[in-house]
Amino acid sequence: MTITTIRGIAASPGIAAGPIFRYEVGKVTAERHHVADVQHEIAYLDAALQQAKAEIHTLFLQTQKDIGSNEAAVFEAHELFLDDPELLQQVHTTIQMQSVNAAYAWQQATAQYSAQLRALSDEYLAARAADMEDVAQRVLRILQGIDTPISKLVEPAVIVATELTPSEATHFPKEKVLAFCTATGSATSHVAILAKALGIPAITGLGNEVHQLRNGMQVVVDGTTGEVLLEPDAQTLTAYQQRSEMLMQIQQDALQLAQEPAMTRDGMHVRIVANIAGPEQAVEALTCGAEGVGLLRTEFLFLEREAAPDEDEQVAVYRSVLETMEARPVVVRTFDIGGDKPAPYLDMPAEMNPFLGVRGIRLALAKPDIFQTQLRALLRAGVGHTLKLMFPMVASSEEIRAIREHLQQAAATLATRDLSYTEQIEVGIMIELPAAALMADMLVELVDFFSIGTNDLAQYTLAADRTNPAVVELADALHPAVLRLIRMVIEAAHAHGKWVGLCGELAGDPLAIPVLLGLGLDEFSITPRSVPLVKQVLRSYSMHDAREIARQALALENADEVRTYLLSAKR
Amino acid sequence: MEQEIERTVILGNKVGLHARPAAIFVQQAQGFESQITLSKNDKTANGKSILSLLTLGAEQGDQVTLKAIGADAQAAIDKLASLLEAEPG
Repeated sequence: MTITTIRGIAASPGIAAGPIFRYEVGKVTAERHHVADVQHEIAYLDAALQQAKAEIHTLFLQTQKDIGSNEAAVFEAHELFLDDPELLQQVHTTIQMQSVNAAYAWQQATAQYSAQLRALSDEYLAARAADMEDVAQRVLRILQGIDTPISKLVEPAVIVATELTPSEATHFPKEKVLAFCTATGSATSHVAILAKALGIPAITGLGNEVHQLRNGMQVVVDGTTGEVLLEPDAQTLTAYQQRSEMLMQIQQDALQLAQEPAMTRDGMHVRIVANIAGPEQAVEALTCGAEGVGLLRTEFLFLEREAAPDEDEQVAVYRSVLETMEARPVVVRTFDIGGDKPAPYLDMPAEMNPFLGVRGIRLALAKPDIFQTQLRALLRAGVGHTLKLMFPMVASSEEIRAIREHLQQAAATLATRDLSYTEQIEVGIMIELPAAALMADMLVELVDFFSIGTNDLAQYTLAADRTNPAVVELADALHPAVLRLIRMVIEAAHAHGKWVGLCGELAGDPLAIPVLLGLGLDEFSITPRSVPLVKQVLRSYSMHDAREIARQALALENADEVRTYLLSAKR
Repeated sequence: MEQEIERTVILGNKVGLHARPAAIFVQQAQGFESQITLSKNDKTANGKSILSLLTLGAEQGDQVTLKAIGADAQAAIDKLASLLEAEPG
């Protein structure tokens, strides 16, 4: 029996089966009326805008809590639309000059901007017309006193709609949504982003076919292929349910094994930890089996804001991560910012070459107040946990001595303020500059550990900007030059009884793992989602084999030869 | 003392919403007293209006002219030019 299948764009992977819930919202339109009291009309508009802003702000907070900051950011932009001086001026002028109602004036102005956005050749910007319309509709509803249709969603269902604005998609209670299917949209629509964050399938761009999807109809949604099966028979349904269960089982198995420590075939335990950029990711890291944090980036606290974060704000954030990780080690990197990043309050002069300029530890030492605040916050937060500190872009011993003085000063200040802080703290540096790698045997005496940042190390060693498409392939961390530096660093550290971690992308590269293992790397720090895979890869090698692979790889001439060899040596 | 300062820059990042550079630019621009405009070819946008900026349709690699008129024009140009030139981190 052939089952009707319709096809759209695979916007978010996964399989779901269930009844359809058709969600249709009529578009609100405004009619033109003459008004006598223009001032009243403008005041009425302003009140509606304030209400709209308040509603959007609530959505922003809700989305940030339920999904994450990136998805929530779209609502911040909606708020900016409502503050837009050009738009407001146009609407006010229309009301005043034409003596018309606020709703009509608002509709005309926003329609104009939508049209302008849609006409842009850049697909991404043109899609923002939908955002403009979402905001416009919200204000129109408020001006006309129309409520949004209450969702009659009772049981979990596949939500089908012609179009879903960010606000609409977010309004559905998460537990009741099995999947999203829309007639419009692309792989980068808000619906796609939301569905991926929720881990449910989504299919967009179904076009007119969406009319075949009627309320209550049973369907199977395959977000991986972009297909919707209409009213599948029992056999097909069972087959899909089994596939869905199998996929979930594979994921669960991987996660379960991920909770076990990674032991090589000859019984050596290799520490696998996570690179994270915030408290939410700390939880994800544990779920994925990380044994600690090898890199807590702290830039998120310093970027995209008006002023540096104060001590208490920082303490709260650091404590949140440390508490999630309990007694597991957490390595925090102090702020690693340069002239290319948005931190206007730092007031740094523009540089021709920000990657070779005042960034990382150089910036921290140039901004002692901000540096001290971060250090004090870290020392306070570290009480009762295994906190370790590391410093970015260090090139020489004077910098390390300056860091130590700063730490002493921070501790002394806390002592006078009678605040408890942690005294026992491991201090390490990132090895990202060739100079540091080459001097590792001397620098190691001044620190407790090294963490190799291979992304930047490759960039500086091979003099290739990894954001420049013309040369990005040259900045290959598997180039023997970089591998030799890694070996140098590990040997220097081990000769002094100190440990070495690696937090660059290389640690998550299955090709590179046996080489790093064979060179004696003590800790692999990777993005949380990669932890299960890296553990599996490590488990397939013995130290003996890994050492041999490393030895052979380092005898080669260039990155291509290394890759070819590693592909052949892969398990 | 009121100054009028102009600078031509190459856009390092896409001026889009999800990527946030447009919002950051507008928020920064609104902090300056000066009037701020951004021009691409013969179209000019008000730098403090996010809609104006988006409809300019400026894309990565485009050459745009940033202009500031006011007492803090120099500071505005320096800050905003570096934001525009910044590449995604």
